[in-house]
Amino acid sequence: MTDPIIRIQKLDKSFGTLQVLDGLSFEVKPGEKLALIGPSGSGKTTILRMLMTLETISGGRIEVCGEPLYHMTKGGREVPADEAHLHHMRRHIGMVFQHFNLFPHKSVLDNITLAPILTKGEPKAKAEAHAMELLDMVGLAEKAKAMPSQLSGGQKQRVAIARALALKPRIMLFDEVTSALDPELVEEVLLVMKRLAAETDMTMLLVTHEMGFAHEFADRVLFFDKGRIVEEGPPDRIFTNPTHERTQTFLRKIIAAGHRV
Amino acid sequence: MDWDWNFVAEITPALLQGLKLTLLITVLSALVAAVLGLVFAIARRSENRLIARPVSFFVEFIRGTPLLVQLYFIFYVLPGAGILLPPLVAGVIGMGLHYATYTAEVYRAGIENVARGQWEAARATNLTTRQTWVHVIIPQAVPPMIPALANYLIALFKETPLLSAITVLEMMNQAKLVANSSYRYIEPMTLVGVFFLAISLISVVILRWLEQRFGRLAK
Repeated sequence: MTDPIIRIQKLDKSFGTLQVLDGLSFEVKPGEKLALIGPSGSGKTTILRMLMTLETISGGRIEVCGEPLYHMTKGGREVPADEAHLHHMRRHIGMVFQHFNLFPHKSVLDNITLAPILTKGEPKAKAEAHAMELLDMVGLAEKAKAMPSQLSGGQKQRVAIARALALKPRIMLFDEVTSALDPELVEEVLLVMKRLAAETDMTMLLVTHEMGFAHEFADRVLFFDKGRIVEEGPPDRIFTNPTHERTQTFLRKIIAAGHRV
Repeated sequence: MDWDWNFVAEITPALLQGLKLTLLITVLSALVAAVLGLVFAIARRSENRLIARPVSFFVEFIRGTPLLVQLYFIFYVLPGAGILLPPLVAGVIGMGLHYATYTAEVYRAGIENVARGQWEAARATNLTTRQTWVHVIIPQAVPPMIPALANYLIALFKETPLLSAITVLEMMNQAKLVANSSYRYIEPMTLVGVFFLAISLISVVILRWLEQRFGRLAK
């Protein structure tokens, strides 16, 4: 039994009076591909954002790679993490956003090399060589000199994936990465992610409404509703034979809305 | 009230001398305003209230009081506290500080215009706060601000005659000197107006160009 790479214990999160996560606990094994599904507002995106330290936690505990994310030990006692600790922890994690969030004033290549050069002190030539490999992998090597505004949505998202990979994170978070794309551009992004899942042993957490893709991609599916895990299991079971009534209703609605399962 | 071209020829060198100083003060004050304004804008956004609050108060205070009063204060009151500044330095500090509170607002608007996703992407790629400002936020925030900043530059230029009140020999003060010694006002004051107008007009042309160039970039 290997130690989990992510351990979430009794996690609470509220925005004002709105409780988004309610005593949530789960673990992720190294290399596992996890799909988080559920209705909007069920807290799935919030989990990814907390893992990326884009939100603070309201209660509970997260451990990443064996170390607490939001806590650190100081003088034998555990205290809330400071920015230096968060910075130290963030190197384990990469994230791809729904709206890409590429740096619009930088070329595709510079988008990818910026962080490795600044945060890891990589020499420019080495960072660029690695970036070109990644661009090659996402099929965009010829766009290295282009500006983000010259790319299609699908291309932007593939660059964003390359940018996150450039830091060689052990965990990748994908937050509804195809939701903002025109339907005909979804496939090219999913293809890249499939290759990534097949060729690397990175741990991946995926929040998605593409049930067909979640089915194919994930080792395990967590179904969320109202800040709790209602049901979890291998995709074959969750998608073909969900036991919980809320999971069944959700999947029926998704199918009715025209998504493949 | 007859116009005397000979007198014009006689006083022009002195006025041009003043104009040179006016331009120098404009450039130096603008530099102070540009840098200090950015410092104010970033400080007001600080999560540390011990920084944000006092800076906010100071900015509002400067903005709520007349520039002329501030210039008097810096030049005539501070020496009482042992801070004795030459007129030019006092003038540049006064004008730079005053306009920094305006440019700070421009910066603030420009910074808030940068999408939240940019901050998040910077954090997700593990940039430090400083790196985020330098490499992600400021390069995106500044180009759309340039027209507004250039507007303040022109306004600052036109307010330099206030410095005659603290004995800076800029163009207006030169004009007053020659006028007072010869009791002729029409030529010096007209020339001052013409010089200001000429430079303002050139600046407006440059400003329109900047608006076109960077306004488009902002979209």
